[in-house]
Amino acid sequence: RPQSGSRLQVSAALKEGRVSPTELCQRCLALLRSTTFLNAYITVAGEAALKQAEESEKRYRRGQPLGVLDGIPIAVKDNFNTAGIETTCASNMLKGYISPYNATVVQKLLDQGAVLLGKTNLDEFAMGSGSTDGVFGPVRNPWSYSRQYKEKSVPKSRSEDEESNWVIAGGSSGGSAAAVSSFTCFAALGSDTGGSTRNPAAHCGVVGLKPTYGLISRHGLIPLVNSMDVPGILTRCVDDAAVVLGSLAGHDPKDSTTVQDDFKPFELPNLTDVSKLSIGIPKEYRAPGLSSEILSLWSKAADLFKNAGAKVIEVSLPHTCYSIVCYHVLCTTEVASNMARFDGLEYGHRSDMNKSTESMYAATRREGFNDVVRGRILSGNYFLLKQNYENYFIKAQKVRRLIANDFMKVFGSGVDILLTPTTLSDAVPYEEFIKEDNRTRSAQDDILTQAANMAGLPAINVPTALSERGLPVGLQFIGRSFQEKQLLTVAKWFEKQVKFPMIELEEVKRHDHGVFQHQKSASFS
Amino acid sequence: LAPWVPVVGLEIHAQISSNSKLFSGSQVQFAAPPNSLVSFFDASLPGTLPVLNRRCVEAAVMTGLALNCRINKKSLFDRKHYFYADLPAGYQITQQRVPIAVNGSLSYSLCIDNKMSQMVTKTVRIKQIQLEQDSGKSLHDDTRSQTLVDLNRAGVGLMEVVMEPDMCCGEEAAAAVRELQLILQTLGSSQAVMAEGQLRVDANVSVHHPGEPYGVRTEVKNINSIRFLAKAVDYEIQRQIEELENGGTILNETRAFDSKLGCTVPMRDKEGKQDYRFMPEPNLPPLILYDAKSLPANINHQQVVNIDWIHERLPDLPSVKRAKLVERYGILPEHSFTLLNEDGLTEFFENVVKQTQMKPKKVIGWILNDLLSYLKQHSLRVKESPVSSCLLADLLNLLEKKEISSTAAKQVFAELWKGERKTPLEIVKEKKLEVIQDQKELELICQAVIDGQENEVIVMVLG
Repeated sequence: RPQSGSRLQVSAALKEGRVSPTELCQRCLALLRSTTFLNAYITVAGEAALKQAEESEKRYRRGQPLGVLDGIPIAVKDNFNTAGIETTCASNMLKGYISPYNATVVQKLLDQGAVLLGKTNLDEFAMGSGSTDGVFGPVRNPWSYSRQYKEKSVPKSRSEDEESNWVIAGGSSGGSAAAVSSFTCFAALGSDTGGSTRNPAAHCGVVGLKPTYGLISRHGLIPLVNSMDVPGILTRCVDDAAVVLGSLAGHDPKDSTTVQDDFKPFELPNLTDVSKLSIGIPKEYRAPGLSSEILSLWSKAADLFKNAGAKVIEVSLPHTCYSIVCYHVLCTTEVASNMARFDGLEYGHRSDMNKSTESMYAATRREGFNDVVRGRILSGNYFLLKQNYENYFIKAQKVRRLIANDFMKVFGSGVDILLTPTTLSDAVPYEEFIKEDNRTRSAQDDILTQAANMAGLPAINVPTALSERGLPVGLQFIGRSFQEKQLLTVAKWFEKQVKFPMIELEEVKRHDHGVFQHQKSASFS
Repeated sequence: LAPWVPVVGLEIHAQISSNSKLFSGSQVQFAAPPNSLVSFFDASLPGTLPVLNRRCVEAAVMTGLALNCRINKKSLFDRKHYFYADLPAGYQITQQRVPIAVNGSLSYSLCIDNKMSQMVTKTVRIKQIQLEQDSGKSLHDDTRSQTLVDLNRAGVGLMEVVMEPDMCCGEEAAAAVRELQLILQTLGSSQAVMAEGQLRVDANVSVHHPGEPYGVRTEVKNINSIRFLAKAVDYEIQRQIEELENGGTILNETRAFDSKLGCTVPMRDKEGKQDYRFMPEPNLPPLILYDAKSLPANINHQQVVNIDWIHERLPDLPSVKRAKLVERYGILPEHSFTLLNEDGLTEFFENVVKQTQMKPKKVIGWILNDLLSYLKQHSLRVKESPVSSCLLADLLNLLEKKEISSTAAKQVFAELWKGERKTPLEIVKEKKLEVIQDQKELELICQAVIDGQENEVIVMVLG
């Protein structure tokens, strides 16, 4: 019986020699190969991973593992720089780009002995909420192929087959979420700017943690919005997220926006008494378009806390309704700025057009970026024009301050944690999702997750239950700045109560030899 | 014809003297092999972030204090966007909203009517000093239709010093820049050598009639020396006056100074006004500076810059040095200007004074009239002088002791200049330039002369 505590379930197995790092790595790679239809990975670094696994094995044999993550297969979203392994951001602009350096978070994982299996798929440059708009094609939600979904789904017509019924993984870190959800790795890095880690985590039934802004280094994370981006952590249980957080958090001199304070990794206590807890339910998160299913689940969750003795109160975050437009202005302006470096001169795609430097730049950028990226650049530049700056950028900054103040007021009034839905509904079929454009989708899907990025607060998706369609639904907890320990402790308690079911995937069953078995098995609701 | 009032303002970029660049650790070095001093950040590799160089902040604070500015305890960084091959990120990190120092002044002196005897002091207001990144260099190879880009300079720290339009002619602009150059070199915050691109000056020039509003101004670039600065400004003033008197108008444009032709020409590259789409730099928190009062108790000293600490350690500025020289040695103010104006000359002068009994008031004549003119004639710097301060002191001692006449001394000096390593005494003996002190010997010589010139003597005696 795996112990609970601050170790990844499988690391116990590694330590006790029940499985070796190379075996583990090979099994994950084999499972990966048999689930390529998910399109979760852009690059698989099989050979390098096996070498890392061999090194790890030597260390275990000597009785000197580097830490809890030694030998653990992980995956990294393809917008993090990885030395020697292609980093594409799912864009033609960076196809074939081999970075000369590792992002700080990647380096930290490697220094702990983690085995890097590969780079995961995403929306191009992390712009999107479905992981459908990258040049390598969309990511498929593993739950599309689960027994739970298949038995509930009713094909609309006879000619329809499984192929066209698959649902999106959410985005933009869909590849990482799918990789963790389908057991091809034990943890994955994502990024979160408006919900990009929590959204796919909810759709794929995994834990998705957005840490406090400034806690984890962004050095090496190719930026979308510098003032909101954070590296995100995707795992199958809350304890694992805490372990990964412990190995990543802390000041990085290479990133001037990380806080100087010392960070002490923590073990999550097993909370039994929630009577001292005050849970806030923000009424504005009952957003238009929120499915009745999720509304009911949210309500059940609130009752769960109430019945366990916690104080559950309704609170108000009055400026929530302005967050979409505010985000739109601040995001596009930063995108316009951050993308200015992609001109084909030093790296990346360079057009053959060479009549002049300017024409080369223009052609390179037209060829290298998809419509979504180009659209945001144009909008962003518009808002930054001298005549527009005051009315758009400055105004949006002020609204952002108001949104952040909403949270401060609520947390200042004695509320410890906020409980909200993560998404408006369970994952929609791909065919339906693409009927609306990226901008519309993003605007709809980000509403519940964005505000936490505006305010820089930590937030986590905890898989809660299966929907009527047999797909995962998660709920979100939002905590105070730098209070990840409290946030994760409450999330862990909740996770224990709901006992979210394990995905029943053919391929996983075939490759599993007891190693992939997760502790939780019973289901909630 | 109504008189014209020319108005001249300056934007000066001084490269900060530091080991590494403003936001990255790559080295700062002149004339290194192309693209050999480029970090990932300088090349704008995606995912890299700026980290502020403490030394650059200190250099800017020093300079601000020396220019009587108010140092802003909180200043901000911004992005200024435009596309150009030598700007890898597509934006420059600068300080547009709140720069590090504001509202200062610079005093400089001019000679009236080209005579060194009358000097007048003028002041120009310093609008601000801001920290910003230098760009790389691009060279256009027209034969091969290509542009060569060298990023060694990309990201080097600059202080942009903005001088208000308080100047009225080329001479004033030149004198102000010269004084700024001396200040920067004294502080060590910039080596300010124009020939190496460490000091770049752009001039803003306009003319108007007294009592009327300021005229349209042009910006003059590509000025490579202080001498050319004066020429460019004066040419542009003249050009504008002529244009306006002929009924024309002045365009708000950028012009380049052509040193060969001695005139300004419109620059080809400028295509109308650019909107730089300024935006705060999100990866750099506000720059907070402290003074003795505001310094928090338990702070890591590596992480803070203390304005008062820097103030206490400022060296004597040129104006103070000059005053001290005048007071200490009794030389004229205009002498002190010349001394400071030549690199190493003050030191040379003081070394000579130390080693000789001759009064400094007399020594200065030798330094400025003899040494300096020889140096200029041979285009040598003080460092390269074949006559050392030691040798000159020896020579002056001989003169002071009246062992040689001043005419003889000049001869000896000319000999010394040949650099044949002879001492003044050796030269005197060789050329028999000694003053004869012995009365008897002198009488013998005089007698010999008189004896040899009997007829002339009779004529003289008879009146």
